[in-house]
Amino acid sequence: MTLSQFLVLSAGLFSIGVYGVLIRRNAVLILLSVEVMLAAVNINLVAFGQYLENTGRFAEGTAASGQVFALFVITVAAAEVGIGLAIVLLIFRNRSSVNVDELDALKW
Amino acid sequence: MVNGISLMLAESNVEGLARDFGDGGLLAEGAWLIVVVPFVATLAITLFGKRLPWKGAELAVGAVVFALVYGGALLLTSWFGDGIVHEGSVKIGEFGGFEVEWGWVVDGLSSMMFFVVGLVSTACFVYAVGYMKGEVRWTAFFASFTLFAGAMLMLVSAANLIQLLIGWELVGVSSYLLIGHYWEEKENSSAAIKAFIVNKIADVGLVIGIIIAAITVGTFSISEIIQRVVESDSELDDVAAIIALLLFVGAMGKSAQFPLHVWLPDAMAGPTPVSALMHAATMVTAGVYLVARMFPLFHEMAPGVLDLVLIIGTITLVIAGLLAIVQDDIKRVLAYSTLSQLGYMTAALGAGAYTAGLFHLFTHAFFKSLLFLGAGSVIHAVHSNNMSDMGGLRKYMPRTFWTFIIGSLALAGIAPLAGFFSKDEILASFNEANQPIVLLLGLVTAFITALYMARAVFLTFFGEYKGQGSPHESPAIMTVPMMVLAGFAVVAGLFNVPGQIGAFNEWVSTRFVETVGASEFLGEHATSFDVPVLLLGLLAGLAGIYLGYRLYYPDAATQKERDRLYVRGLWPVLENKYYIDDLYMEGVVNPIKGPIARFIDWTNSYIIDYVVNLVGMFTRVVGKVVYGVLDQRGIDLAINEVSAGAGFLGGKLRYIQTGKIQQYATWLFLGAVALVIGFWIKVT
Amino acid sequence: MEWFDNGWGLSLVVFLPLVGALALLAVPKDEEDTAKWVALLTASASLFFAIVAAFRFDYGDAGTFQLGTVKEWIPAIGSNFEIGIDGISLPLLVLSTAIVVLSIVYSWDHWPEPHNPKGFLILILFLATGMAGTFVALDLVLFFVMFELVLLPMYFMIGIWGDKTKMKLPGFNHEVETRLYASIKFFLFTLFGSAFMLLGFLALNFRGGTFSIPELTALGANGAFTGTFAFLVFGALFLGFAVKVPMWPFHTWLPDAHTAAPTVGSVLLAAILLKLGSYGFIRISIPILPNEARDWAPAIAILAVIAIIYGSLACLAQKDMKRLIAFSSVGHMGFVMLGIATLTPVGITAAVIGMVAHGVITGMLFFLAGSMQHRYHTREMARLGGNLKLMPVLGGIFGFTAMASLGLPGLAGFWGEFMALLGSYEPLAGLSLGVFRTAMVVGAIGTVLTAGYLLWMLQRVNLGEPSEEWANHEFHDADRFELVAWVPMLVSILAIGIYPKIITGPANDAVKAMIETAF
Repeated sequence: MTLSQFLVLSAGLFSIGVYGVLIRRNAVLILLSVEVMLAAVNINLVAFGQYLENTGRFAEGTAASGQVFALFVITVAAAEVGIGLAIVLLIFRNRSSVNVDELDALKW
Repeated sequence: MVNGISLMLAESNVEGLARDFGDGGLLAEGAWLIVVVPFVATLAITLFGKRLPWKGAELAVGAVVFALVYGGALLLTSWFGDGIVHEGSVKIGEFGGFEVEWGWVVDGLSSMMFFVVGLVSTACFVYAVGYMKGEVRWTAFFASFTLFAGAMLMLVSAANLIQLLIGWELVGVSSYLLIGHYWEEKENSSAAIKAFIVNKIADVGLVIGIIIAAITVGTFSISEIIQRVVESDSELDDVAAIIALLLFVGAMGKSAQFPLHVWLPDAMAGPTPVSALMHAATMVTAGVYLVARMFPLFHEMAPGVLDLVLIIGTITLVIAGLLAIVQDDIKRVLAYSTLSQLGYMTAALGAGAYTAGLFHLFTHAFFKSLLFLGAGSVIHAVHSNNMSDMGGLRKYMPRTFWTFIIGSLALAGIAPLAGFFSKDEILASFNEANQPIVLLLGLVTAFITALYMARAVFLTFFGEYKGQGSPHESPAIMTVPMMVLAGFAVVAGLFNVPGQIGAFNEWVSTRFVETVGASEFLGEHATSFDVPVLLLGLLAGLAGIYLGYRLYYPDAATQKERDRLYVRGLWPVLENKYYIDDLYMEGVVNPIKGPIARFIDWTNSYIIDYVVNLVGMFTRVVGKVVYGVLDQRGIDLAINEVSAGAGFLGGKLRYIQTGKIQQYATWLFLGAVALVIGFWIKVT
Repeated sequence: MEWFDNGWGLSLVVFLPLVGALALLAVPKDEEDTAKWVALLTASASLFFAIVAAFRFDYGDAGTFQLGTVKEWIPAIGSNFEIGIDGISLPLLVLSTAIVVLSIVYSWDHWPEPHNPKGFLILILFLATGMAGTFVALDLVLFFVMFELVLLPMYFMIGIWGDKTKMKLPGFNHEVETRLYASIKFFLFTLFGSAFMLLGFLALNFRGGTFSIPELTALGANGAFTGTFAFLVFGALFLGFAVKVPMWPFHTWLPDAHTAAPTVGSVLLAAILLKLGSYGFIRISIPILPNEARDWAPAIAILAVIAIIYGSLACLAQKDMKRLIAFSSVGHMGFVMLGIATLTPVGITAAVIGMVAHGVITGMLFFLAGSMQHRYHTREMARLGGNLKLMPVLGGIFGFTAMASLGLPGLAGFWGEFMALLGSYEPLAGLSLGVFRTAMVVGAIGTVLTAGYLLWMLQRVNLGEPSEEWANHEFHDADRFELVAWVPMLVSILAIGIYPKIITGPANDAVKAMIETAF
């Protein structure tokens, strides 16, 4: 399998994620879309990591760093989703809605 | 006369001194008292004279009596001894290399002056005690009067020019105080100012003369300067003529020589004892004394100036004598007479007749003060200065009359009274100096002198009384001094009878007789009478009296003398004092006081100050412009505009902030895309 | 007395009044007597120490600075607290401290409106420190500070206690309150000069590397300052000092300030403040920049005689007594400047004695004018007359002082005038004889005009019958406060006149030493 296949998959996933963030109104779904984008990034990281290792371009002692990064991202994403969902929950309690279009109190 | 040679002569290197002088001993060493006592008395009278029983007069009289006694003692010591030459000094200050000293010189000349000043002052002071009774400001009068005498003594005793100047100006200021004694009348205070200012103008000359002399010689000491004259110092010789000229300008002021004579007649505004003292001893003689004191300088180094002295003296003696004929005020007659006699003295000095000039000063002091006191006595009796208010006083005031007659005859030069000898000697000196014109004018003026004195006597004492009230003889306190002076007016001439008694000649010559070569200007006169001149002079005097008698005696009652002697063309000029006063007032004083002073003040306000104010105004205008235009409408405006622009922009830009997260995300995304595109373009 | 000679004595003289002023701040406004006593005591203490200094002074060595000290003051700019007096500053120091005491005594019962003795006394004491400080300062920065310190109190004195009438500016349509116009004019005029003076001081520091006057004098004598630089520096100093003197044509602040100022303000202004300028010439300009002094001297002499004649003529046109006396100051200071311009020991000694004499005499005249204004409520001479009749003592003193002012020999004013003229007959070698001798003649003629206006003033004010306006008016003659304040001045007028050595003794040696070093 070539690198470009992974990259195409990743780009597709990312685009789907972006689409979801920009279009969806539901805050939960936006968070989901963000997860999709992070997944796309993870695919990229792993793919590049493997690619660089295969071509032998890593310096000594830095092998599999792409995979390690991906693991970090997954961890951070989990935490992020945890906090994000908590915020969404609080918003829902206050306003009985998680429609981001209505959450514009920070405007001019 | 311990070691026989004076301080000054001891320093001189001139060989062959023929004469030894005494040093005067303790008497001369203490001569500073003559000067100090009157000044202390002045101060004492000023401070607590009012609390004394006689309100200060006793201190005044005491001071001048002291001067008289001391001066007399010095004179007698000098006369019976070998003469005195003594100089003492105290240092009072230093300016650069110049030491200022207060010094006193005792020699024949100053002893003679001490005596004259002392005697005349004593007579006038005692007289004044009677005369000033009931007058305003008694104490102030005696304070000024004592200062007057003290200042003159200071001048006379001066061993250096700066002290001479001090005495000189103090004489001026005390004359100011005395002439203006009745200052309630503006006329009197104006006369006082006139006297002071005219003297001050002359003092400009004196001051500059002293400065030049002091710088050239390096000291103010008179004996040092004379010493340089003796040594024919070339440096001094170069400027001697200027110095002599300037000193003489000073002398012209004090001694009221033409054209600075204008103050003296006006000075009659003062009380009569003041006039007597001023005209006889303390003020007008100062100029003559100065020329005499510095005579070697004039004689040896500035003969040209001496000629000028002669000319000025001659002019003065003639024009003043003429003026005396037309006066109605008896004191003015005497005032112009003084001017005329001062002209004689000055002219005598100018002709080189040192002794003759001083001798006339000596005799004149007695009979002129006598005449003034007599006039004062008359004025005291009739309460008017004008002879048209007098007449016939012979009967009412016999003592005044007889003393006045003696004074008049002495002044007219009738033998054997004092004026005869001195005037004759002056006329003889004119002859000696080969000045026929001056001699002629001197004789004519001798005639005029006799004429105006005869006129004054006849109008005052003969005929009928024309004034108000009944006149009475003055008290003894006034007449006794007059009699004493009358005595001196009779005998003073005998001190210097040519070929017989030479006392006076020796007194006044002691100081520099040997150093300068006495024979040149002192020696020859004294040996014999110049008989033709003597007879002519006597004749002129008698003729004047006779003419006066013819003109005024018959008319003394009706006062028609104007018709009798009226020279068309000349009389109006005389009555207007040759228009000299008018010339000074209109030509000099008023322009300076009026337009010139106002112009200067105007320039101050409208030019210099205008510029200052203009700068101030301009600065304020600039300030306004800077504030209004540059600051408020420039810098501040720009600042405000910038902030307003920022606000405006913000107002526009804030619409971007919708609060919609997805919009923000869109922008973010688009931005990322743009960046990617940018990179891409950059890379390719 | 070791401590006294080490600068503490002079410091006490200078700063005691300041201490007094600060103490006065603590005195409540209503307790006027306390305020007066505090002021009088501190000023008298200052005078006392000045007199002690005069006794401690070594007259045999009058040419060197004595009783002084050098302490570090502002190290950042190299300025030290350097003080000391020589024979030139000693008489002026004593004069200034004495006049302050006499002013306070005089004020005791003569408070100008709007009263407030506390404020007035504080200003006087500040002035005292500034004046005494200027005369002892031997450091240019210290000198400048002290020189400027006198400005503010005088400004407030004129501006607050001054003449409240309105005046029209000649040539303009403005009408302003006299005191405001005069005080601002005084302040700005002087400050204008001072600014240049400060520039000059800084320039000297940059070139010479020090602010110390003795050090700069030594440098100047060795020719350290030359060329255009020195010429400009002298010009800058000249502007600063000439305004203060004041020399013609920088004098126009003077008549206005004097006319508007309260009596004591006029007295201090005439007696001391004007001397700061001429003192500056003697202490700073001439010794530090001798060659430039030589270049400038003819110009100074010409301006000086112009001032003499101009001031006298202007006096003849005055209707206001105080204004007349103010203009007479212009003339008299002209003689002082003429003496200085000769650059000879004679002339500069004459200037020193002239400064002291003018201080006493003109100060006295302003006291008298103030007292008369206090009684007549006018200064207009046309309305006065017969003063001698109404108030014999006051009038007599007025006559005496006027005589002193016209330079009567035997009184203080004579020596300065005569010796200045003497000096200008033979100025320093190399100076134009033509200019100086002409100046001498013109100056001598000026004495005639001086006599003229003073006698005329006496005639208008003192003599004659009192006008109807005052004839039946009850006047009190000089009171005891006035007499206590005046008698010392009158005595010193007489004493200096009779025995000028009081002043010339120390001054002459100092001046000779200074001229010797400089030329």
